[in-house]
Formats: sequence, C-alpha cells, structure tokens
Amino acid sequence: MKRYIARRLMQGAVLLCMVATIVFFLGRLTGNPVDLMLPEDATAEDRAALTQTLGLDGSVGDQFVIFVGRALHGDLGTSIRMKQPAVDAFFDRLPNTLVLIPWALLLGMVMGIPLGVVAALNRGGMLDRAAGTVAVLGVAVPSFWLGVLLIFVFSVELGWLPSGRMGGPEHFILPVITLGTFLVAGFMRITRSAMLEVMESEFVKLARIKGLSEGVVIWKHCLRNALIPVLTLWGVFVSNLITGAIVTETVFAWPGIGRLTYEAVIYRDFPLLQAVIILKSILILAINLGVDILYAYVDPRIRLA
Amino acid sequence: MTETVLEVRDLHTHFFLRRGVIKAVDGVSFTLRRGEVLGLVGESGCGKSLTALSVMRLLPKGGAQTVKGEVLLDGENILERSPAEMREIRGRKISMVLQDPQTSLNPVFTIGDQLREAIQRRHKAPRAEIMAEAVTALRRVEIAAPEQRIAQYPHQMSGGMKQRVVGAIAISGQPKVLIADEPTTALDVTIQLQYLKLLKRLQAETGMAILFITHDFGVVGRMCDRVAVMYAGRIVECGPVRQIFEAPAHPYTRALIASVPKMTGPIGRLTTIEGQPPSLMNLPVGCRFASRCPQVEQRCLDAYPGSVRVGDEHTADCWKVTPG
Amino acid sequence: MAIADPPARASLWRLVWPARVPGGVRRTARVPWIPIVIISVIVAMAVFAPLLAPHSPIDQTLRDKLLPPVWMEGGSTKYILGTDAFGRDVLSRLIYGARVSLIVALLALVVGGGIGLGVGILAGYVGGAVDSILMRLVDAAFTFPAILFALLLAVTMGQGLGTLVTAISLLLWASFARVIRGEVLSLRQRDFVALAKVRGCSAARIMLTHILPNVLNTFMVLVTLNIGVVIIAEATLSFLGAGIPPPTPTWGLMISEGRGRLTDAWWVALIPGIAITLMVLSVNLFGDWLRDRLDPRLRQL
Repeated sequence: MKRYIARRLMQGAVLLCMVATIVFFLGRLTGNPVDLMLPEDATAEDRAALTQTLGLDGSVGDQFVIFVGRALHGDLGTSIRMKQPAVDAFFDRLPNTLVLIPWALLLGMVMGIPLGVVAALNRGGMLDRAAGTVAVLGVAVPSFWLGVLLIFVFSVELGWLPSGRMGGPEHFILPVITLGTFLVAGFMRITRSAMLEVMESEFVKLARIKGLSEGVVIWKHCLRNALIPVLTLWGVFVSNLITGAIVTETVFAWPGIGRLTYEAVIYRDFPLLQAVIILKSILILAINLGVDILYAYVDPRIRLA
Repeated sequence: MTETVLEVRDLHTHFFLRRGVIKAVDGVSFTLRRGEVLGLVGESGCGKSLTALSVMRLLPKGGAQTVKGEVLLDGENILERSPAEMREIRGRKISMVLQDPQTSLNPVFTIGDQLREAIQRRHKAPRAEIMAEAVTALRRVEIAAPEQRIAQYPHQMSGGMKQRVVGAIAISGQPKVLIADEPTTALDVTIQLQYLKLLKRLQAETGMAILFITHDFGVVGRMCDRVAVMYAGRIVECGPVRQIFEAPAHPYTRALIASVPKMTGPIGRLTTIEGQPPSLMNLPVGCRFASRCPQVEQRCLDAYPGSVRVGDEHTADCWKVTPG
Repeated sequence: MAIADPPARASLWRLVWPARVPGGVRRTARVPWIPIVIISVIVAMAVFAPLLAPHSPIDQTLRDKLLPPVWMEGGSTKYILGTDAFGRDVLSRLIYGARVSLIVALLALVVGGGIGLGVGILAGYVGGAVDSILMRLVDAAFTFPAILFALLLAVTMGQGLGTLVTAISLLLWASFARVIRGEVLSLRQRDFVALAKVRGCSAARIMLTHILPNVLNTFMVLVTLNIGVVIIAEATLSFLGAGIPPPTPTWGLMISEGRGRLTDAWWVALIPGIAITLMVLSVNLFGDWLRDRLDPRLRQL
C-alpha cells in the first residue's frame, strides 16, 4: 500500500512537471499577451516595461530557467491587476471554493447513487424512465445557463433565495445545485449500468442461494461492487467540478478560485492565469491521489496487490 | 423405501421473448430421496441448469418463468411460497453450488464475511462464536490453515479452494437438498477428483440429498446412485446408474454412453451423435430425439412416447422400449 | 405470475438509457425523428441565416431596447423574441448564433477529432514506446480540464475563431485517441493486416489503406457523440469571455450579456439557453441512436 502511494506520488509529480512545462510554452509560443493587454496606441517603452514585468524578455529558454527557479521557491509571478503574488491571491480564494465543492459532490452522490440503484432495480419501469430523463437533461443543459435559470426562478420571480455572493446557508443552495446537477446525472448513469452488470453476476446468485434478504443482496453485495466503477470516475468528476466552479462562481459572484480564473481571463491578467492553472493542476492531482487511495480501500484486489 | 425429500412434478419453465417462447424446461419430473445422489445429465442447453434454478426459484431476469408444475420440498410445494418464505427456505432447506468458483464469491468481502452471512442465517450468536464456526466450516471442507484463510479475499485463493469455500457456504445452513450445478467443470482435473470425494464425504456425514448436474458420464458413474438423462427440456430416461450404464433403454442414452471413452475393456469405436437438438422455440410434436434417432419410425414423429417402465425404478420415454 | 417481458415500445430516450443488461438481447431502436427535425431546423437556421433573420444581428436600435417577446404585454410581431439592451433582435441573434455554434463545432471536430484519429492509429498500430508516450499524454489530458488551457490560449492568442477551435480541439483529441487506439489494437491482430504485411506493405500504407477505413465507423460515431460536448464548450468559453469576440452573436455570449438583466428582460438570457439545450439534447439522442446502429460495442462511451 505504501509503495502504491509512493508510486502514485511519483506519477503525479511527473504529470505536474509536464503540465507546468506545457502551460509555460503554450503561454509563450501561441502569442504575446502584451499586445492584448496594452491599448493600441501604447508606446514602445510601455511595451518593453510590461514585457519585462511579465518576465517575457530574453529568450524562451532563459525565461524557462527563471520560471522554474522561481516556481521551486513558490513564486509563480505577480498578478498585474491585484498587484499581489499570484500564489497568495489563489490561496486567499481557495477556501471559498473548497466549502462549495464537497456539497456539490455530496449532492451528486446522495442523489445520483441511490437513483442509479433504483433505476437499475426498475429497469424499463416508470422510475427508470424518470431517472433516464434526468440523466439526459443533466448533460444537455449548460451549467452556466442552469445557474442563470435558477436565479431567475428562485431569486427574481419567487424571491426565496439570494442570487449570489457568499453568506449564510441560503447562499449555498443555488450554487451547489448548479455545480452538482451534472454530477447527479453522471453518478446516476454509472451507478445504474454498474448495478445492472453486477446484479447478473454469480456471486449475487450465491448471496440469494444463502437466503439473504433482497436489501442485503442489493445494497451490500451489489452496491459495494458497483461503487468501484463509480469511484474510477471521481477523477473525471473532480476535473468537471474545477471547470464547473469557474462558471458557477462567475454566475453567482462567488469569490472562489473559479471566479479568480474568470477575472484573470477578462482582465487579461496573464501571470495570474498561468499561476492559477498550475495551482489548480496541483489541486486536481492531490484529489486524484486521494481518490486512488480510497479506490484501493474499496477494492481489495488493488489494496493487497 | 427411504423418504423422498424433493419431488419435481411436470415442471415447465419457459423464456418469453419477443421472437417467441423458448421451452427450455418442458415437463420435467423426478424425485430425490434422502441421502442419495441423483445425476442430471445432458448436453449443454438441454435445460439442466434452468431446472435447478427453477427449483431454487432464482430464474434469470429477462423473461424466464415457471409456468406449470410443482416442486415439493418435504411435501410442500415451494412454487407457491411467497418470496419472503422462499428466502427462509433457501440456504436452510435447499442450497446450491454454482459452476464457476472464480465468480461465485463476492470479490470485495472476505471469505469470513461471506461465510458468516450464511451461518448467521441459521442462528444468531456473538461475532466471535460465528467466526469460530466459520473456521470449523472451512476445516470441514478441508481447507488448510482456516484461521488465516478467513481474513482473506477470494482473489487470494485458487479456484479449487474457492469452490470449497462455496461448498462450505452452501452447506452451512444444513440443507436437506444440495444442488451441485457442474461444480467441477471449471476446475483442474486433479482438483476435480478431490472435490468429488469431498462432496461424497460431506453427504455421508450430513445425509443430505444431492442433485448433481453434469454433462460428464464419467463423473456420474463415480458420484451418483441414480441418473436422469435430459434431452431438449425433458427427462428421457431415469434409473439406477448401474442399470443405465449396463442396459440403457433410450437411444439417446445409448448414444451418449457410446460417445464416452471407456477406461476398461477393449478400445471400441467412439461414436458421435449426428445432427442438432431441435429448436426449443419450435419443438416437434413427436419424440424430440426423432430427428437424430437411428431407429426412428412414423409413430415417433406423430406423438411423444409415454414413460415406459423398463425395470425396477427404471423408466424411459421411447416407443421402441418394451416394458420390463 | 404475469408474463415478464413488456411489449416493445422504443421511446426516444431509451436510446441513451438502455433497458437491457449489457450483453443482453438488444432492442432495435426507432429512428429519432424529433431530434432529427430539431437538428435540421437549427442547421437550416445556420445555413440560411441572412435569409431567415428578420433584422441585423449586430445593428443597434436603442429606442427599441429591451422589448419583450410577442406573447408578452408590450411585445410586437416586429421582434418575435424581443430585443436586448442594445435594441438588437433576439431572434436574429439566435439565428446567427447557430451559425457560429455549428462552424466552431465542425472545425473543432475536424481538427481535434482528426488529431485524435491520427494519434490513436499511430499509438495502436506502432505500439511500443510511441504508444506509451502518446497514451501518457492522453492520460494527462484526461486528468486536467482542457478548459483551463483554452482560457490560457484566449489570453495569449486573443479571442477569435482560431483560438476557439484550437482550444476545443485540445478538449477533444484525447478521448478520440483513446477509443480509436483500442479499436486499432484489435484490428492489428486481424488476418488482413498480417496478409498486407506478408505482401510487403509499409507500415504507413497499412495504417492508411487497411486500418483507417476500418475505424471510420467508430470515428463517425465519436464525432456525433461529441457534437454536444463541443457546443457546450463553445458556449461556455463564450460565456467566460474567451469565445468569438463581440459583437458577433453567439449563444453563450447572449446569455452572458443577458444575465445581468434578469429582473426586467429575462428573455435575453433564457432563450439562447433553451436553444443550446434543445440542440445538445437532439444531437446526443441522435448520436446514441447512430452508435447503436453502427457500433453497439461503444455503448459505454
């Protein structure tokens, strides 16, 4: 198990270096952010000054050496707009996103997994059809529009819930639904197909031969096995959550790292965006590692391998 | 005569598909007595396994249904029991060993856990006591170092060992009837023999009756007291093993036995049975073996032959057989 | 005991929500007519936009700003779906928006899908170190949200069609590569490939003339299944200010512009969302049907 974790850590480190390198070169080789940041009538001195501030002077090779050196010291550049180190800006906002994501994940699992099981048990029946409709809609509705729709219905028309910003529990409801809907559909779809497959297996037959009650057969024997494929998709879901947080936080004016990303884009804050992408990558890797360990815990075939 | 523990009367289990009705089990009757091993033999697809699953009332999803017949376990028709009552019966009165040990155990629970569930069905006791019982159960099926094995997961065991565990689980409720559905087919030849001996020993100790499903006549000779030969959803011949081997009455049985190489005596010619069994969706009105039978006559095609008593406890469904 | 099998009634969503066990008897799904009609209407809107749009999608008529749709009080038949804060006709912008949506989808699928196709064939056929390296890249692409890279491109390259297509291609190629590679791995074992080798065909020739035609079915299925993904990605990037720059109308941009005006002009933000949802729903249902027809083994996609 320790060796497994060590191996995953190594893989994560390699991936991270890859991402940082790709981000670096993508940023340098695809165009010049300086052109986009300055007004068209900017002087040559202005351009040179900004180029230097962004660390875009010198050859790309030299820049890369400096970039790596600074990155190793935890310095990923300074935000132009906020005039503060990008890393600090990120960590100031991170907690606000981290309080949102678990709720969305919880919503996705608490709704999605049982619905998937129920749909599988009612294969072809009314409940299955209803669940199928939710699953199909869940991937077709763009989440930013869903957020806008929710605001329109629950804030503007009904006046029940606040339309944005952080605050008490009522502020969480709409963002969590916006962020979690995709997950509900995803969890449901995978749980259902995994359950259908597991329910046909021989060990389920043996469990019935033992005379176990249907409840134990379904919720213990089947679900525990069906959760393995569900867990493998956690990594994908985490990616989705990080992406989803960008639009959700934008729609609900939620001061997290998603909104920070959006701000970096619209203000063309290149150093900030570069830092945010690298830091989010670390975050995603960390969560993926956690999922892998959890996965090993659920599946003894991996834990004991 | 010893008491009958399981009697199946005129069992019909059909698959209802959009393409039509598959009559996989179509009028099966047999009896199983206390302490005996009845072999159920036939080629694959003849309805052996489905007969077993019908008796257990664990038909596969997707249109399979028992439409007619009785399954009398200790004299009561279990086809009329509610699903809840049926759960009480399963594991405690009637149990089953499945074909493939690789997939019969749940990969995410320990052997001990899976055994415990079965033992707890019989009686409630503190966890430690149940675990001690589980160790005993494993020892009974000749698993070495059961104390260690109990904490292991299925993937840490060999196929033969897993099948022993499945056996331990199946008999832990002290059932009167054990259905063994080709329990050794998936095992190595050397392990097969050990497993058969184990089953024999367990049967001698507990006095349970075993319905032994196989396609292997060699195994039948080793294991069974009586044998029922199944063809296209029906039992075509049934009788004591010795009689069936020495004087098979039904042409199908004769052909089956002729296709098994003999271990003793001169090496004769092995024969194969020409042709295919009839489509279970479109069964002939007459004898189902007629299309492949070397002795076929007009009456074989016109009507299904009744069951003819050939000898003591020996019956065959064939027009050409003379009652003995 | 009732007869267990229900009568065959293939409904539309049954296509994405198979009622059967994996590997079980497959029901043949009915042709999804409603999605096909919706797709046709939207494609027609895109192609004939200049003929269909009643107004210019860009010209501002400030005295007509924020007029409600025709069915609401104060609405008129002049602006069937109302106008936005600059007095632009929502219907006309919606029609032109379909154009952007479909052009981006088409280009991104050709570029991103094409790269994925190439990578998949190469990795699957050549194998060895090439395969390992390419597949590690694919894994990395799956772990990291491509949308982040897309946003970075928008900042370095500037907004525009090229940026958008590059960005969305980044999102697509990996999933194409993974599926195609799997397909190629099994094709490689087949006799006709061995035969071609025996005849002395070069690896490049085998990949082009023997492998490629055999994965085109799968490729087409992947393309259809990913149209929805691309449309949502385009709309999302537009919404985040990284799509085609204003004033060109795109559905995502319309929602972004309208969301501040929910209290007095909800139609500006909500109507384009309905268009996106209908379009994505339709192409997904159609794609699932196509997959069942052409390549049912891809069901788990």
